[in-house]
Amino acid sequence: MEIERHELSLPGSYIDMVEGREVESLKKSCQQPIPDPDSWLETELRRNVLLTTVDYVIDWARSRSVFPLMFGLACCAFEMIATAASRFDIARFGMDIFRWSPRQADLMIVAGTITWKMAPAVKLIYEQMAEPKWVIAMGACAISGGTFRESYSVVPGLNRIVPVDVYVPGCPPRPEGLIHGIRLIHQKILRDTIKKV
Amino acid sequence: MALKTEPFILNVGPQHPSTHGVFRMRVTLDGEVVVDVEPVIGYLHRGIEKLAESRTYTQVIPLTDRLDYLASMTNNFGYVLAVEKLAGIKVPERAEHLRVIMAELMRISSHLMAVGFFLNDLGAMMTPVLYMWREREKIMDLFEMVCGQRLTYNYMRVGGVSHDIPEEFLPALERFVGEMPRFIDEYEQLLSQNEILLARTKGVGVLPRAMAINIAASGPVLRASGVKWDIRKADPYSIYERFDFEVPVGMVGDCYDRYWVRIQEMRQSVRIIEQAMKRLPRGEICIKLPKPFRLPNGEVYGHIEAPKGELGFYLVSDNSIAPYRFHVRPPTLINLTALRDMVVGWKIADLIVIFGSIDVCLGEIDR
Amino acid sequence: MTVVLDYEAVARRLSEKFPGSVVESGKSGIVVKSDRLRELAWFLRDSSEFGFDYLANLTAVDYLDYFEVVYHLVSLTNNHSLVLKVRCTDRDKPVVPSVVDVWRAADFQEREVYDLMGIVFEGHPNLKRLLLWEGFVGHPLRKDYL
Repeated sequence: MEIERHELSLPGSYIDMVEGREVESLKKSCQQPIPDPDSWLETELRRNVLLTTVDYVIDWARSRSVFPLMFGLACCAFEMIATAASRFDIARFGMDIFRWSPRQADLMIVAGTITWKMAPAVKLIYEQMAEPKWVIAMGACAISGGTFRESYSVVPGLNRIVPVDVYVPGCPPRPEGLIHGIRLIHQKILRDTIKKV
Repeated sequence: MALKTEPFILNVGPQHPSTHGVFRMRVTLDGEVVVDVEPVIGYLHRGIEKLAESRTYTQVIPLTDRLDYLASMTNNFGYVLAVEKLAGIKVPERAEHLRVIMAELMRISSHLMAVGFFLNDLGAMMTPVLYMWREREKIMDLFEMVCGQRLTYNYMRVGGVSHDIPEEFLPALERFVGEMPRFIDEYEQLLSQNEILLARTKGVGVLPRAMAINIAASGPVLRASGVKWDIRKADPYSIYERFDFEVPVGMVGDCYDRYWVRIQEMRQSVRIIEQAMKRLPRGEICIKLPKPFRLPNGEVYGHIEAPKGELGFYLVSDNSIAPYRFHVRPPTLINLTALRDMVVGWKIADLIVIFGSIDVCLGEIDR
Repeated sequence: MTVVLDYEAVARRLSEKFPGSVVESGKSGIVVKSDRLRELAWFLRDSSEFGFDYLANLTAVDYLDYFEVVYHLVSLTNNHSLVLKVRCTDRDKPVVPSVVDVWRAADFQEREVYDLMGIVFEGHPNLKRLLLWEGFVGHPLRKDYL
């Protein structure tokens, strides 16, 4: 059988230009931080009487089986992996398998410095996750840019790009600190109600 | 009827389980065979070189920690050696021995991670990583005893080290050094004669000797290709001339040789730590320097043998409290120059294995 | 121990072989003219008395009047080292010949110097931005970038 080989239709430099334009437009549009979804801390729980037990069961099930998305960018990624390793076992909280695909995960743990070149990818992955979803910003660099805040290419905080639920401070935070942050997410899930969805 | 084929570009993207960080490759595939690879980096470029120009010499040390975040002690070591070379400072003996102990412990920890994640790429899901993590946690406990941090230590200072070791450090280190050879034997027994490892790494991704020298490869990648060049022996720094150790050299330059060189280097590091522990003298740990510290006019290039290769620091000073120019010579970026030649002609599964055997760390590629 | 070669002696030897190529030999390296760089590079790599087959480091510094590209060379067989420098005074369009075909190690390092300092390397097969994104305005490591 004859084989006709064709050449590539798009050179690599064209792809570079398209992506560069995307980064510049994202940088222009993300100059203000997105407000945190923290209304669950203050409002009184006014739950619908019909849905109370259903809410309770669903929230209990959701909080005990959160699937985290491994989004380790820099040094904090290794403390995240240490939390998943055998000493600070995170499987005892039900978060056994770290998913790599955003379609199968609920919790995005962004660990490490975010640069403007990486920001469109972070936003795309956040949008690919299905509702309900939560975000943890782990480490000083994800909270506010950290020690690299004055640099020309670092995003000064994850809340410029996606809304963040829990901030875990540290450089890098100890695994115990990350587990405390995850327990706060569990508390937030337990206060949720399916009525808004 | 002719069969029309067209090459296909696959994006092994920045967020990917096997890319050891935010590294992207645009791979051109013809079926499953790789035709072209273009690495795209810069997703972690934090501008460390520009930031260092507005910080004092001691404030740059935490910045160097974040370069190769798996081996922070050796990054600190390289930087303070470069500064001391330009200033002509002599470091006390106790500090020199402590620095060598910390650097060799760091080398063991980094090679454990390199071998563990290399096997992860081959498909042995998390088992070798968790075995090696057991030893790495012991090393991190030792470091935490000394300086309180688990990952980015900020331990070395210009003229010595920052903290002295507490009393429980030396007994714990002796216990670790006594057990470690047995654990390395356990890894070799589990892995080195494994059929899948041999079939997938022997002869795969060969880097010939002449090309390795031309691309200025360094570290285990250079030594696996048959070149016996280790900066600790060729251009000794600190007190490495006093220690007795060997430099393992591979023969062919394939992935198996790079894995084997790393395992043997771990054994040699244990030897060095035993010798340094026995000779640890008493004394002070850091000399007093004027605050703020100014370097004389001039420039210097100081290099050390980091676990991933030759880590060099180029400093230009104009007699002020901050460096005029600070440049880092990243070993893994330069080792990656030959990625295209090593990978073309192999299948996409081999691409992941070959890339894993080079052992990159994105923090120092992108700086 | 890697011997650092005496810059005066090397400068004299290079001036005999390639007259007019050495500009000065200070205490931190030999400064050569940029248009003679390539023939000097081939000679330094292939001759047996020097044999510099390993380009350890390639970087650039911005002194406010001129740019200076610095090459650190090492010989693995003879175990000695040398520092070469090239100066470039044009601030708007600095051009330096590329040494990629002599030492392939210069590939990524020249792209990075172009990206961060703006110095164009003539003869480089793939000179585009490495660390910053396409469309970034300016060259960050210059002293007049804020």
